[in-house]
Amino acid sequence: MSNLILTAVIVLGLTGLVLGIVLYIVSRKFAVEVDPRIPQIQELLPGANCGGCGFPGCPAFAEACVKQGSVKGLKCSASKDGVMDQIAAILGGEAEHQDPKVAVVRCNGSCANRPGLNRYDGVKRCSIANMTAGGETGCFFGCLGCGDCVAACKFDAIHMNPETGLPEVDQDKCTACGMCATACPRRIIELRNKGKLDRRVYVSCVNKDKGPVAKKACAAACIGCGKCVKVCPFEAITLENNLAYIDFTKCRLCKKCVAECPQGTILAVNFPAPKPKPEVAPSEAPKPEAVSETPKTAE
Amino acid sequence: MAMLKTFKIGGVHPAENKLTKDKQTEVLLPPKQAVFPLSQHIGAPAVPCVQKGDQVKVGTMIATAGGFVSANIFSSVSGKVSKIDSVLDASGYRKPAIIIDVEGDEWEESIDRSEQLVKECNLTPEEIIAKIKDAGLVGLGGACFPVHVKMMPPKDAVIDYIVINAVECEPYLTSDHRLMLEHPEEILVGLSIMMKALNVKQARVGIEITKPDAIAVMTEKAKAYSGIEVVPLKTKYPQGGEKQLIDACTGRQVPPPPAIPANVGVVVQNVGTVYSIYEAVQKNKPLFERIVTVTGKSVKNPCNLKVRMGTPIAQLVEYAGGLPEDTGKLIGGGPMMGKTLMSQDIPTVKGTSGILMLPETESVRKEERNCIRCAKCVGACPMGLEPYLLATLSENSDWEKAESDMIMSCIECGCCQSTCPSNRPLLDWVRLGKTTVGGIIRARNAKK
Repeated sequence: MSNLILTAVIVLGLTGLVLGIVLYIVSRKFAVEVDPRIPQIQELLPGANCGGCGFPGCPAFAEACVKQGSVKGLKCSASKDGVMDQIAAILGGEAEHQDPKVAVVRCNGSCANRPGLNRYDGVKRCSIANMTAGGETGCFFGCLGCGDCVAACKFDAIHMNPETGLPEVDQDKCTACGMCATACPRRIIELRNKGKLDRRVYVSCVNKDKGPVAKKACAAACIGCGKCVKVCPFEAITLENNLAYIDFTKCRLCKKCVAECPQGTILAVNFPAPKPKPEVAPSEAPKPEAVSETPKTAE
Repeated sequence: MAMLKTFKIGGVHPAENKLTKDKQTEVLLPPKQAVFPLSQHIGAPAVPCVQKGDQVKVGTMIATAGGFVSANIFSSVSGKVSKIDSVLDASGYRKPAIIIDVEGDEWEESIDRSEQLVKECNLTPEEIIAKIKDAGLVGLGGACFPVHVKMMPPKDAVIDYIVINAVECEPYLTSDHRLMLEHPEEILVGLSIMMKALNVKQARVGIEITKPDAIAVMTEKAKAYSGIEVVPLKTKYPQGGEKQLIDACTGRQVPPPPAIPANVGVVVQNVGTVYSIYEAVQKNKPLFERIVTVTGKSVKNPCNLKVRMGTPIAQLVEYAGGLPEDTGKLIGGGPMMGKTLMSQDIPTVKGTSGILMLPETESVRKEERNCIRCAKCVGACPMGLEPYLLATLSENSDWEKAESDMIMSCIECGCCQSTCPSNRPLLDWVRLGKTTVGGIIRARNAKK
């Protein structure tokens, strides 16, 4: 009896040993060469596979970095500051500096500002609502409120405000991957520079209708009057198709346009409560008059 | 009696509700102000050829075709061009349109306004097609495809059949039915002209058995015309679909897109279109009028109206006795394929076949539940697709799989959604998928 057990152990043991040796040889002979830097870089990435970099997931991005040999033109917006520098260091180079960005919802058509005219009872998806008709209000450019952007966010950084019916971005969680901007069928969400001290000035409207039509549809709509264009000392504002747009690379946050806008469409966020002289951001303005003066000092 | 013909796969039987089938067509007076959207056909929008302040007559061309697949637009009223502005149209968006303030009712002299039937047509095929093109004709069944494009099939295609869609399978609508009863000879002359233009010897007019009076009168009158046969069809929705009708009338199967009916030797036209071909070729009358069914269960006076295009829907609704209090949705077209209109100010256009006022109880969507895999939608699909699967693929943005599962073959008839016991919005998802996949295919072809 014990003989039988012993035989079984020996036979199985030998079989295992032989197969083990075969597997070892095969694995050595057919080993896939992986650049050790790829897993290294992958380790640094957030692993959310959000696709914000333009590659299908973090492993693909790491591979692209190594393949290119530098991080030129590549950027993982989802990772924290300094990660791109670390990746660049692994590849033996330096990361170019890019201003941090954040998603900005350019619509202020809350339930109070935009009276409803119709009722949409189809599928609660912006993509389908947008295809079906202009929407429940008289504004055919603004937020549809079904939350495609919320569903697209992999970082829990955008949520619908039930009171206004509009999405709100949590700027601390937002990584500027741009998934919400792509998901929005009306292209309301834009990636804008985060701004000094997170301060931003932007036109919170994308309505291209003529003034009277836009005004009738929404109390907070841009009517294309052009007052902001005239008041801007830095030529940062352009008016096209009855809609003002502030170029965030030129805007110096003077807030003159905010005060001028008759519709209250231009919003200034994260500024301190009005003080005697609120025009200038105190952080980087050694000479306050340099920013608040005429266009010639802007150059 | 031999088995009645119909298409082979799928289909549903919605309640007919043809409330206006015995109502003589009435003529609606011209509006005070007429609105002509520049985009009321498939293809490129038309380009305005009048300016603010110009005087126009009934039948004056106000916009020219913006490409080969496009159509001219004619004024249906006489008066002065008030402005060219963006106006809310049936798509639910604001689009450019020509607005005309009506003064009097003066017609272009070239239009023959007599009721007399003109049978004789001595034009060459090229001249006929040119006249059709100049008259701005589009398919009046609903899709509004420019007629002259269909009349010029690809060179390698040999057309041996013309099939006329007179089934009017959409519930409630009766405009085609009335047209056949009131103007059968004109339709047959129009069809003979089409046959001459395409050099085709055989034509079949498909009429559903639920219109026995139309079948009788058309069959009787068709005896005097050579090569025209009236085919009574078993009632089933969507028999008016081009591919379904070809299957029912000739037994031929149109392959999946990008194949078109011309690839199997058939050209299909709606019966209303054939009538407008008659008017354009024999009476020099461009397309600016059509019959619209104004209907609904609670409507006081449901009717068939001959309407000048550009008339606001409100005027049609008022003629029919006003908007009933229980109305939940105002629909342009029928209940299956129609589209909800967002306002009564929307003008009637070439594609407005009906105005349906659906009560709240019937129009509101029921609560959506989970798919129970009953496959009713699969059985109902006249294109042999799997709607539940396509909807899920679309919901999950799996466009590659959606394309390989033939999402582009969907004709958006709505059979799937209407049979679903779980009230799933199958068609909404499939439409989204079709739009997206269509965009991907166009981008890919553009790259090549």
